Amino acid sequence: MINVLVIGNGMVGYKFCEKLVSKAPGAFKITVFGEEPSPAYDRVHLSEYFAHKSVEPLLMAPRQWYEENAIELITSEMVVGINREAKSITTHKGRTFNYDKLVLATGSTPFVPPIEGSNKSGVFVYRTVEDLDAMETYSKNAKTSAVLGGGLLGLEAAKAAMDMGLEAHVIEFAPRLMPRQLDEAGSNMLQSTLESMGLHIHLSKSTASIDGDEAMTSVTFTDGTPLEAEMLIISCGIRPRDELANESGLEKGERGGIKINESALTSDSDIYAIGEVASYKGMTYGLVAPGYDMATVAVEHLTGADTKGFAGADMSTKLKLIGVDVASFGDALDEGNQYKSIVFEDKNAGIYKRVNISKDGKKLMGGILVGDASNYNMLFQMMLNGMALPPHPEDLVIDTSRQGSSAGNTVDMLPEGAQICSCENVTKGALVQAIEGDGVEQFAALKTCTKAGTGCGACSPMVNDILTATLKKMGKKVRKVLCEHFDYTRQELFDLVKLNNIHSFDQLINDYGKGHGCETCKPAVASILASAWNGLILKQDTIQDTNDRFLANIQKGGTYSVIPRIPGGEITPEKLIIIGEVAKKYDLYAKITGGQRIDLLGARIDQLPDIWEELVDAGFESGHAYGKALRTVKSCVGSSWCRYGLHDSVSFAIRIEERYKGLRAPHKIKSAVSGCRRECAEALSKDFGIIATEKGWNLYVGGNGGANPQHAVLLAGDIDEETCIAYIDRFLMFYIKTAEPLNRTATWMNKLAGGLDYLKQVVVEDSLGMGKQLEAEMQLLVEAYACEWKEVVNNPALRARFKHFVNSPEADPSLKFDKQRAQKVPAGW
Amino acid sequence: MTANQHTSQTLTDTVNWHLAARVEDFPENGGACVYVEGKQIAVFNFSARNEWYACQNMCPHKQQMILSRGMIGSQAEEPKVACPFHKKTFSLLTGKSLNGDTCDIDTYPIRVEEGVVYIGLS
Repeated sequence: MINVLVIGNGMVGYKFCEKLVSKAPGAFKITVFGEEPSPAYDRVHLSEYFAHKSVEPLLMAPRQWYEENAIELITSEMVVGINREAKSITTHKGRTFNYDKLVLATGSTPFVPPIEGSNKSGVFVYRTVEDLDAMETYSKNAKTSAVLGGGLLGLEAAKAAMDMGLEAHVIEFAPRLMPRQLDEAGSNMLQSTLESMGLHIHLSKSTASIDGDEAMTSVTFTDGTPLEAEMLIISCGIRPRDELANESGLEKGERGGIKINESALTSDSDIYAIGEVASYKGMTYGLVAPGYDMATVAVEHLTGADTKGFAGADMSTKLKLIGVDVASFGDALDEGNQYKSIVFEDKNAGIYKRVNISKDGKKLMGGILVGDASNYNMLFQMMLNGMALPPHPEDLVIDTSRQGSSAGNTVDMLPEGAQICSCENVTKGALVQAIEGDGVEQFAALKTCTKAGTGCGACSPMVNDILTATLKKMGKKVRKVLCEHFDYTRQELFDLVKLNNIHSFDQLINDYGKGHGCETCKPAVASILASAWNGLILKQDTIQDTNDRFLANIQKGGTYSVIPRIPGGEITPEKLIIIGEVAKKYDLYAKITGGQRIDLLGARIDQLPDIWEELVDAGFESGHAYGKALRTVKSCVGSSWCRYGLHDSVSFAIRIEERYKGLRAPHKIKSAVSGCRRECAEALSKDFGIIATEKGWNLYVGGNGGANPQHAVLLAGDIDEETCIAYIDRFLMFYIKTAEPLNRTATWMNKLAGGLDYLKQVVVEDSLGMGKQLEAEMQLLVEAYACEWKEVVNNPALRARFKHFVNSPEADPSLKFDKQRAQKVPAGW
Repeated sequence: MTANQHTSQTLTDTVNWHLAARVEDFPENGGACVYVEGKQIAVFNFSARNEWYACQNMCPHKQQMILSRGMIGSQAEEPKVACPFHKKTFSLLTGKSLNGDTCDIDTYPIRVEEGVVYIGLS
């Protein structure tokens, strides 16, 4: 067996091992030396170490992985010498190991510039988990910090400092941030976003000295100005750790690093060098992707496999810095002034995009994205593959997805291989094949023959969109009628209900439908009736989906969950205790929901009215967690408590939740209010989200989590509370009246002809002249609100419906529970 | 009210009739569960068609005692019930799985006399 020693257990060293054992399992005896105590971890996400307080989530693989693959992992031991003639290495503990093949993956060390005072305590480098531990310990007695270096890693370090609760300053020698990746405008955009998050940035500053007695207290710039800081984190680039090459006589690159050829071989044909320590054609690479490429090439060479060889690397990069997307690819800066640029800048949303195209206008050469890098992958592929530019290259930097020129636009753009149904692993191609090839035209038939949408059902609306789009392409006329019982679209039915003052399913199907309804049209009509009149839904309980019929979410085993409304996520200790007491009394499993409230699971159907009686008596109302209705309005703590808060987000969230509670819609609606643009309430992932600005509130709409996440987009900026509520009234009513069944606001907006521009015209500019009408319709619903659970609790006839058997007081004898972490859970199905 | 007898059993079986509950115990155009002879049986009052149906309460997809809480409707002329969990649908006439991806279910004869609902078990 060939004996391979790997020196260095960083990300690249690990990747080499992973590739080698998968390519040639059992053919090599592998020993890895790491001088850090921990196995290889993900340095790229080092700043997340603070969030986890543990290195475990960052590990590339646990120690067990090395054992399972028969790799000997020796940590906390540094290799100090190579004897190339004897083909052996020695460690600092004096141990000697022989090798057939040696792999140097020693990485790099941070470069510490020669500044007076850099040996004082409080000065750190940002490189390893140990560095971070030392910084964190030190930070407990510090309030201010500075980071030397405004590059990628420096900004990461600044985030780590902010996470430690420190005031953070970034000092950059160049006149802009990330000077190797960003141009001035991109840097300015990044800077203003980072500054709004509380980071202090000092550009064109060179540090002359680090001042203080034993511990530093400030730094002084060469222009004589001081900056107070009790800690300084140095992030001024890296130096390859090539000292092993010096004494063993391996050839080095012109600017340091161990020289390698395209097979990652050094000047010794039994020694490879990979990662940051390697120098290829005079270049060293401080990014992980080129290191991985070298690891791949080395493994291919070692195993005698076909190889493309290493040919240098693209320095394109995409990352999230303190929550801001930043990407730079290809020739981003165009310093040679050889290309034409197209620039898009939106200071309101903090977005800057630039693409450089060839002078003949045919090829994409590089670009910069700040604030929104969602189309980085597409642009990067376009550049790499030399793909032809679209007819209007400006589309590359302008978000066209919301302009929705044709319905079904979004599904059209999906590649054939896109997985639509993840439960049954059905691709778009398979659906299209069933429609085009097998002539399937009905939604139900498409589900039956492809199995798409038969698992959890979450993909059903998208399956339906693909059906519609494909039929349209085939030249078939498509009207999205509800089902076999109603030859109308949801929007048409909504209008019929309003115009003819229809209040029941029976009347609607008698007058406008045929047959006896089904599980598609009954809940859809129930939703329309609720959105039109907001009457008590239990007056027609058998047309409601089971969750609405029993005002609770059905769970495995047939029990239900109980979620009382907690507006804005604000709750008194007294009310918390009541929830706890109810949970204890009825032995319910308790969990905090994603929407800042409390879910009590495992309630039997007969227990629901009793549980709710206690909750209603204590002042709780239904949370409508079971309905296609307004769910929660999350909030951050806002300006009452938060030192960054601009306005009182909690009070506004509560006001909004109280206004729209119980509002039923084609699908569920979620909202959130954040008190500043740090956005702790995650408002951009909501159907409508509100973020405080210096001057008022920004209203964003059409956000979505779930299977197809997308950010909400700005509908109106810097508006006051009353205007905000008027716009939300109009937006929601317009959505409720025109959306298809089970389409969230995001899906609806993506399909809306005219897209965001049209929506702005209708809601903000009132181009249809129906603004006041929409507001009045909403006001009607708000005034008609009554808590459904309160009505059930106080109505014996309604209460009597909540039981498992109508001929016996017994509970369902088939209910079975297990225990998990001291709480009950249903026995698995 | 007319008595309907829908059954997938052969006529040679002897049917014993068991009292289930009263008519008003069942919602119009909906169902409820009765406990008869140790069996959980879903009973549906399909008032739009002036018909009654009975079937097993267990949905064969995930073996849940739930079909009585399902929504009823029609597919062409066939009366059906949809399971609340994943909307698997079954014919109320024959018990046949209409999605074709689960087992069929048992149906039972049912009759209504003087406001009382009876289920036939063999």
